[in-house]
Amino acid sequence: MDDLYREIILDHYKNPRNFGSLESKTHEAEANNPFCGDRIRMEILFQKIKRSKDQKIQIIKDIKFSGEGCAISIASASLLTEKVKGMSQQQISSLTKEDIVVMLGIELSPTRLKCALLSLEVLQQTIQ
Amino acid sequence: MYFTPSGFPILRNKKLVYLDSAATSLKPQSVIDAINDYYSHYSANVFRGLYDISEKATLKYEETREKVAQFINAKSSSEIVFTSGTTESINLVAYAWGRLTVGEGDEIVTTVMEHHSNFVVWQALARENGGVLKVLDVDEQGKLKIKNEKGKTTYKNSKLLLQNVITKKTKLLAITHVSNVLGTINPIKEIVVEVKRLNPKCLVLVDGAQAVPHMKVDMQDLGCDYYAFSGHKMLGPTGIGVLWGRKELLNSMVPFQFGGSMIAKVSLTETTFKETPMKFEAGTPHVAGVIGLGAAVDYLQNIGMEVIRQHEIELTTYVLEKLSGLNHLTIYGSKDISIRGGVLSFNVFDKSGNLVHPHDVAEILRRENICVRVGHHCAMPLHERLGIPGSVRASLYLYNTNEDINRLVKSVQNVQKIFS
Repeated sequence: MDDLYREIILDHYKNPRNFGSLESKTHEAEANNPFCGDRIRMEILFQKIKRSKDQKIQIIKDIKFSGEGCAISIASASLLTEKVKGMSQQQISSLTKEDIVVMLGIELSPTRLKCALLSLEVLQQTIQ
Repeated sequence: MYFTPSGFPILRNKKLVYLDSAATSLKPQSVIDAINDYYSHYSANVFRGLYDISEKATLKYEETREKVAQFINAKSSSEIVFTSGTTESINLVAYAWGRLTVGEGDEIVTTVMEHHSNFVVWQALARENGGVLKVLDVDEQGKLKIKNEKGKTTYKNSKLLLQNVITKKTKLLAITHVSNVLGTINPIKEIVVEVKRLNPKCLVLVDGAQAVPHMKVDMQDLGCDYYAFSGHKMLGPTGIGVLWGRKELLNSMVPFQFGGSMIAKVSLTETTFKETPMKFEAGTPHVAGVIGLGAAVDYLQNIGMEVIRQHEIELTTYVLEKLSGLNHLTIYGSKDISIRGGVLSFNVFDKSGNLVHPHDVAEILRRENICVRVGHHCAMPLHERLGIPGSVRASLYLYNTNEDINRLVKSVQNVQKIFS
């Protein structure tokens, strides 16, 4: 098996997790990659929780994504939605390219990296 | 074989299977040497210096203009304008002719199979000048829907249906000679005859980027008014291209850009311009590019365009046969080899009929050193028409072999295995 198309990537591509849309949502965003026509949309339900006596933060209670794209972009979105549940807005903002590369566990060419990063771009757009 | 891959330094890497010549062609040693020779031995400006190396550069530059004119059978080398490529050639016509000619309510006709460079230019011009853009459709076989095939046995001999398209208000038909996605060879000569019959004043611009590298083209035979092509798709360097135009048309046009080289006399209040084609070549031109293009024309002519076309017919027949034998694969365009160039766009599907994204196909091919293009190939209207987000394109040229095809097919089978 080709390592780029490891079992986990193909699994998330064929059976994407958190795929669909939310009935109740607080944030949403969509972006596409004109080079390959990939399109990812994300919907998020944030929930305010008490962090300390006088500090409240927003964390992801639920998240769904939809769209179409190559195996890398869909698997990346699917894995990312699993990864970010429970994360605060602060944590989401600080996610980087490196986090996605580590999450996917594969080496990507510069062009394919764009496919992998589309979901992160959309995710961060939701809270901008 | 005349064109052993050994003439192309990049192909000394035996692992490489290059199937993206519709994007750009590989370069033979002779082209690289010609460019190197200019930069190493006479890298002077043209039309300026009185010293020997400048005279030599000018001579070589103008020699190429002659070569190109002869190569496409233009009436005169003064009809050959050097540009940066097909895109600039088409933009030149839009700027120096279209902008001042297409008025409110005038029509520009193009086709759904155009490359963006021969589509967006006219869409923008129509919008700016209040003109109307009309778009010819394609049928399921990737042929333009301009033929009445009833009662006729072949596409070639059937009657053209353009009377509802070309009207007295049509100023231009902008059409590709060979589709960069479907490979369809449009019957340009017949189309021009019919267009001129319906409206003698309607001009025809042909995008020849995918034709000139692969087959004999003859300006006097085609009968069109403008013809644009690129050097880098015909073994030449990037950044150089050609606009051919009928001389009287070029003469009647305003300059595209102003600057050095293109002026006859400049005073504080007035400037007169040189004759065609110099009028359109402002500034220091891409001298090395032109000289490299000359070497490319020599290379192609030494082999012969008929020989090249025949080689590509054989290869295309082989790849069509091989790919047609695979399940869950759709090839776009006509199966009729007489109206098809060596461009094959296809998509792979999994067993449930879901499209395997072209990028995933290309990624797996890339890992086996097979270079193909994926995406919309700068032809989004066509992909929308075909109802697909993109496709995988393998495009052939004179240096490709049956072995390249075998490796492509094997890799595509591997894609199907991974995505099964």
